[in-house]
Amino acid sequence: MDPMDAIRTTFFIECDELLAQLEEGLMAMEQGATDSETINSVFRAVHSVKGGGGAFGLDPLVRFSHVFETLLDQIRSGQVDPSETVVATLLRAADMLADHVNAARDGGVADEARSEQIAAAIMALTVGGAANAFEEQPAEIEGLNFTPQLVSLDLPAAAPADDFDLAALLASAGVDAPAAEAADGDWLVTFAPHASLYAKANDAALVLRELIGLADEATVSLDDEALLPLEEMDPAGAYLGWTVRLPASVAEADIRDAFAFVDEDCDLEIKREGGAADTVAVEPQAEESLNLLDSLLLQVKEEPAPDPHPAPAAPAAAVDPAPKPEAVAAGAPMQAAASATAAAPPQTIRVDLDRVDRLINLVGELVINQAMLAQRVHESGAGKATDVNLALTDLELLTRGIQDSVMAIRAQPVKSVFQRMPRLVREVGEATGKRVRLVTEGEGTEVDKTVVEKLSDPITHMIRNAIDHGLETPAEREAAGKSAEGTVRLTAAHRSGRIVIEVADDGKGVDRVRVKAKAIEKGLIATDAQLSDEEIDNLIFAPGFSTASTVSDISGRGVGMDVVKRSVQALGGRITIVSTPGQGSRFSLSLPLTLAVLDGMVVTVGDQTLVAPLTAIIESLKPRAGEVRPLGPHNKVLQIRDAYVPLIDTGAALGFGRSALEPTEGVALLVDSENAGQVALMVDQILGQRQVVIKSLETNYGATDGVAAATILGDGRVALILDIDGLVTAHRRMPPPAPRTESLVLTAAE
Amino acid sequence: MTDISLDGRDGSELISFRIGEQEFCVDIMAVREIRGWTPATPVPHSPPFVRGVINLRGAVLPVIDLADRLGLGRAVETARHVIIVVQIGSRIVGLLVDAVCDILSTADHVVQRTPDLAGDQMQNFVRGLIALDGRMISLLDLDLVLDQPQREAA
Repeated sequence: MDPMDAIRTTFFIECDELLAQLEEGLMAMEQGATDSETINSVFRAVHSVKGGGGAFGLDPLVRFSHVFETLLDQIRSGQVDPSETVVATLLRAADMLADHVNAARDGGVADEARSEQIAAAIMALTVGGAANAFEEQPAEIEGLNFTPQLVSLDLPAAAPADDFDLAALLASAGVDAPAAEAADGDWLVTFAPHASLYAKANDAALVLRELIGLADEATVSLDDEALLPLEEMDPAGAYLGWTVRLPASVAEADIRDAFAFVDEDCDLEIKREGGAADTVAVEPQAEESLNLLDSLLLQVKEEPAPDPHPAPAAPAAAVDPAPKPEAVAAGAPMQAAASATAAAPPQTIRVDLDRVDRLINLVGELVINQAMLAQRVHESGAGKATDVNLALTDLELLTRGIQDSVMAIRAQPVKSVFQRMPRLVREVGEATGKRVRLVTEGEGTEVDKTVVEKLSDPITHMIRNAIDHGLETPAEREAAGKSAEGTVRLTAAHRSGRIVIEVADDGKGVDRVRVKAKAIEKGLIATDAQLSDEEIDNLIFAPGFSTASTVSDISGRGVGMDVVKRSVQALGGRITIVSTPGQGSRFSLSLPLTLAVLDGMVVTVGDQTLVAPLTAIIESLKPRAGEVRPLGPHNKVLQIRDAYVPLIDTGAALGFGRSALEPTEGVALLVDSENAGQVALMVDQILGQRQVVIKSLETNYGATDGVAAATILGDGRVALILDIDGLVTAHRRMPPPAPRTESLVLTAAE
Repeated sequence: MTDISLDGRDGSELISFRIGEQEFCVDIMAVREIRGWTPATPVPHSPPFVRGVINLRGAVLPVIDLADRLGLGRAVETARHVIIVVQIGSRIVGLLVDAVCDILSTADHVVQRTPDLAGDQMQNFVRGLIALDGRMISLLDLDLVLDQPQREAA
């Protein structure tokens, strides 16, 4: 891959993470978490997206995020109150930003009109000269070009953003002004970037420019002592440092702000001239002023002696003490919990999925080998208490431990899918004019990565369905004595080795009269059919069924619940519905935790061992004479209670050319196929049920009709896993089967 | 005598093996391993030269009866038959042959162009011939060994 492409790919992966972080932060703000940590994380997410976007020249994205960032900055500095309306706008802006990112990734352009409209809405909430921010932006993008430039020493102040007055704040906090004066003196800011600062696409020149902008009189002196002769210089190294002298009137918080994104990557020292008190940490938030004394005291405790290089640690220490007492004082456990989790994120590494898959394959093989070895030792007649057997038991435990840990590597919380849903709910709610509240539970429930990826579509569809068909309009709800706002609950939980996802709404429930009428109209059921409520509810999964009289773009491009059912079945899952009129419906998805393992019925056909997926099997039975009837020249049907289902000779359908066994000598597996309803598959014998590890047949060979994949049995041999739908299709396409021709020949010979 | 080069490299190493009375070779760089014959699981609707799939440390590997593929008749496998595991493109495939013979170097031997043969299926697979101590060794082009039926199917 082109290195630039690789960087781009990384950028977009990071964008996904940042957007998720943004959404999460905004959701927390919506719930009332307005602590500075949450707001800061939201701000940082937008800022980082903007920064990366700038580096790739994604102008529309950068322009939009700049406006977005301006409002967030004002919320951060307390100029704008994060009210409900403001947060609602921020959420829309986050959606728009995601659109911009997606458009940039696909090489297209996001909906400009909508972008402008949302940007205007943001600017309307922004205080003061924010309207100019939009126009100012191009200049700032130019500034991102890395060109060595001289910093003019007496640059006039560009925008004195100094809305904060230290003396006034101290006074309001009950601190005597003289105490502040004691620490007075010009600021001396020593700033020496590390190479990592430039590696993260930051630029010392921008930081310096921001510093100089803080005051009318600022002097910058260059420290080039570390500069090496040209031939010894590392082109990616950092050798320069600067000392900036700023007048005493500048607030330290503003100075620190200038370093907000680089403080980890430089040596930084901020002190009063004359070696006075090292740092006075002040956050500009007015509400924190009351805690100022506390934080000052804390800081004195934390920094007993002025270290010659205290810089890297100082900013963190300066920010931390303030919010903590606030959170405790406000008695907001949620905020405290949020900061606790933010403080210690689990350490992670990003690994190529191929490597994990390879490891899983090898462990699968190890398990098989271990089983084979155990079998051999057992056959050799070694006693239970012999050394060999004891060692083998240890090996078995170890193998199982390794297998569990390896499978856990691929496990991911369903959070990544759940996080996309609030946006969907907002959009569908807006489009249908319904008020919806989304409640999610069990986001931390873990399943295999491949399952997580495939959950998105069914969940999206079920939620759309719940809002569009399930929930009533606010007026209808109020008339029915409910709150105007409908609730959709999305929950995930582990239940007996599977993951169960539920989408429940408190709407009107399935309109059974209408569903039944529709099913009759579509010819799905007989006019006089007597159906239980449950059977009627299940009609919505019938192929071609849709209660919407016109296909709205909300309920999904003409896609019905039958498609959801099919995609869930393809994952080896089941979907069920429970509905109570007037109280709502609940859809439950039950899925395997991993797609790497499948519950299978091991059967034999001729001398072959095959595996049929258990989820497709309804029942197995031994056909009795008289239950198998010929239909047409070479087809047979099996009578199951009152119904006749097509009987498929599995061996013949797979082209193994097995001479047709008498159906009464074999076993019939009644299966549910996607396009032919129920079908009976004839096999010779059932060996038992087993969990099998799915192996791809396509990787080294190719797709094969009637075969979904392969697995490896305990004896080390490969067994094929049946693809029921493929088998039915293959059977239909089959020319008149060979046994029939043979019997014709036989008849002729006789 | 015309020389043909092997992927533009001189001094490539080749591994030679026997099918019936004939000797063949492939570029050693394509060979992953050589293992004994294990019974393969047949794959439905596969061309006759695909003997089935075997388990190679967790990967499902198709085994091709090279004799059948080259039109020399289906092999009657014994415990002494070997499977040469080769990489063809991104696929790993096993080739069922009678026995492995030798390792040769193209630096020592000249690869001659295959003479035109009438309507023989083997010609599709043979890129050149090597003369060695009175033996004739055919250099196989592996790209077509598995791919062709797949392309036809697709």
